[in-house]
Amino acid sequence: MLMQDIRFEEGLNACMNCGVCTAICPAAEFYNYDPRQIVDIVQSGDNDEIEKLLKSEVIWYCGECMSCKTRCPRGNAPGLVIMALRGLSQDLGFFVESEKGRQQLAIKRTVGESILSTGYCVYIDMLTPPLHPEQGPNWEWVYENRKELVNRLGGNYKGSGPGILRKIPQESLDELKKIFEVTGALKRYEKIESSSMKKAEELNLQLDETNDNEYFRHIYKTNNGSHTKQ
Amino acid sequence: MKIEGKRAIWSEYQKEIADDRYFYVRSCIRQNFFPGSEVAFLRIMREELGKDVYEHPCHTTCSGIGYHGDVVPVETAMTVVARQFALMTEAGYKNYVPSCITSFGLYTEILETWHHFPEVEGKVRKQLKKATGREFEIPENLAHASDVIYKFRKEIGAKAKYKLVNKNTGEPLKVVDHIGCHYSKMFPLKGVGGAEYPYVLAGMIEEWGGQVIDYPERRHCCGFGFRQYLVQANRGFSIACSKQKFESMQPYKPDMIITNCPGCPMFLDRWQYVINEMEGKTYGCNGEGIPVFTYEEVAGLVLGYDPWDLGLQMHQIDCEPLLEKIGYEYDPEKKYEINGTVTKINSHSLLNI
Repeated sequence: MLMQDIRFEEGLNACMNCGVCTAICPAAEFYNYDPRQIVDIVQSGDNDEIEKLLKSEVIWYCGECMSCKTRCPRGNAPGLVIMALRGLSQDLGFFVESEKGRQQLAIKRTVGESILSTGYCVYIDMLTPPLHPEQGPNWEWVYENRKELVNRLGGNYKGSGPGILRKIPQESLDELKKIFEVTGALKRYEKIESSSMKKAEELNLQLDETNDNEYFRHIYKTNNGSHTKQ
Repeated sequence: MKIEGKRAIWSEYQKEIADDRYFYVRSCIRQNFFPGSEVAFLRIMREELGKDVYEHPCHTTCSGIGYHGDVVPVETAMTVVARQFALMTEAGYKNYVPSCITSFGLYTEILETWHHFPEVEGKVRKQLKKATGREFEIPENLAHASDVIYKFRKEIGAKAKYKLVNKNTGEPLKVVDHIGCHYSKMFPLKGVGGAEYPYVLAGMIEEWGGQVIDYPERRHCCGFGFRQYLVQANRGFSIACSKQKFESMQPYKPDMIITNCPGCPMFLDRWQYVINEMEGKTYGCNGEGIPVFTYEEVAGLVLGYDPWDLGLQMHQIDCEPLLEKIGYEYDPEKKYEINGTVTKINSHSLLNI
C-alpha cells in the first residue's frame, strides 16, 4: 500500500543515509526524532518494522515544513514519506496505538469538519478565546467584535457574493462533499471515527459526537512528557 | 552584511510573474487573522496599479491545512485544487494568484506531481468531472500574491508617502524577513531567490528604504507545523521554534519583522506575547516586542494608508513604536473604533497587556 502512494515514489529515491535531513529538521531539534532513521526503515522494506512505525509516536513529530527536501543531496523528501506513512497509519487504524496518533480525531473534528461545513479550513467563529489562550487578550476583543471588525476592515462576514469570510454557497459546499466522497476522504474520516470509538472504549473514556467529552479532551490536551529531548 | 555574492546567486532564482489579469484566491488564515491585508492587496492592485484582479465567489479553501494535518488524502486535495482551476478556466483567466503560502506550496507540489506523473493528472480530471461535472486548464502562470507585489515594488515605491527609514536618525530600519517554509523549500526554482537566498520580501524592503537583516535562523520554521499547533498538547514545539528565531535575531536589533505566509505573522506575534507571559522576556528595544507585519500591511504603510484600515489593531504586539519611528501621521485614538464607537480602551501598553 505504501508503494502505491505517489508521494512515496516522488519522495524517496536511493537514500544514502547521510543524515542531512536530521541535521536541518526543526522537529529533530525538539523531539526524540530522527527522519534519517525513518527513511532507513522504510527503505529496508521490512514489513514488521514498518508496521511498528505505523503504530509509533515518531511518525507524528514532523511539522511538514519540508526543510529536508531543500537540503537532501538526492532530492528526496522525508517529509513526503512521513505524510504517506501517516495516511497509511490512519487508513489501517494503527494511529490510535500512539498518543500523538490519537490526536488525528481532534484534527478531523476541527479542521476536517470545518472544510465541509464552512468551506474554510478554519473560520473565525471556531477560534474561541478559551480554546486559544495563546492568542492573547487582544484576540478576546477581536473575537467579541468579529463581525463588526471584519466588516469595518472591508470584509464580508457571512455575507453573499465574494469577499473576506463570506458565506460559501451551499452548492459549492455540496461539490466539496462530493469530491471528498469520490476521492476517499470521507472513507478516511469514517475510519478515524470508528477506530477512535474503539480506542475510547478500550481506555474507558466517554466519547460522543461533540468536541466536549472525556476522550476528545484527553487527546487534545494530554502530553505524557516523553516525546522531547531533555 | 556582504551581499554582492548573494545578489549574484539571487539573480539565478528569478521566476516569471504575470503582469495583469489575475485570478485571486483567498487564504483561510489571512481572512481570519489579517483581513485588512487582503483588502489592502486588492486596493493596491486595482486602485494604485490599475490591474484586473478577479475573485470568484464560489472558490473555497484549497484544503491545505487538512492535507498537512494529514486528514485530507492527497487525491482529495488535488481534486479540490482542480475545482479551483476549473473556476479560473470558466471565468476566462490564466494567471492564478493565491494569497496563502500553504496553498502556493500545495499548488506547486500538485503541478510538479502532474508534470512527472501525467496519469495522476488524468485520474484527477476524471474524479473532478464525476464529482462536479467541471473541467479545467492548468494555469499559465502561478504566482503568490507577494510575488506580484515584489514585481511591482518599484511602482509602489514611486508612490510612497513613507520610507522604511528612522525619521530621527535618517538610518534605514532594520527589517527581518520570514518567507515561510512552503514558499520555496520544496521547489526553490518556484520562488524569487529560492530557499537559501530568499529575496521576495528582501526586494520590497530594499526598494522601500529598509535594510535587510541576515541572521542565523533566518530560514527556520516559525513553528506552525500544522498538527504541532492545531492540537493543544503539541504547542510546545510551535513556541520553541519561534523562540529559537527570536533569540537568533535579537542581537541584530530588528525594528520590525515582515512575513510572507498568512500564519507565520500570527505565530511570531502571539508567541512573543506568550514568552513574555511565561518568562517576562521581550525581544525588541526598550522592553518592547518586535512588531510583526504582513507584506500587504507594509506596502499599505509605505503608501500612507490608515493603519486602522490595514487592521494593525488586530495585532497583539503594538505597531505604534514602529509608526513613531517612521514619523507616521495617524490617529491613535481611533485604534479600537468600530462604526464610530470606541470598543476598547487603548491601553498604550507596548505589548498590549
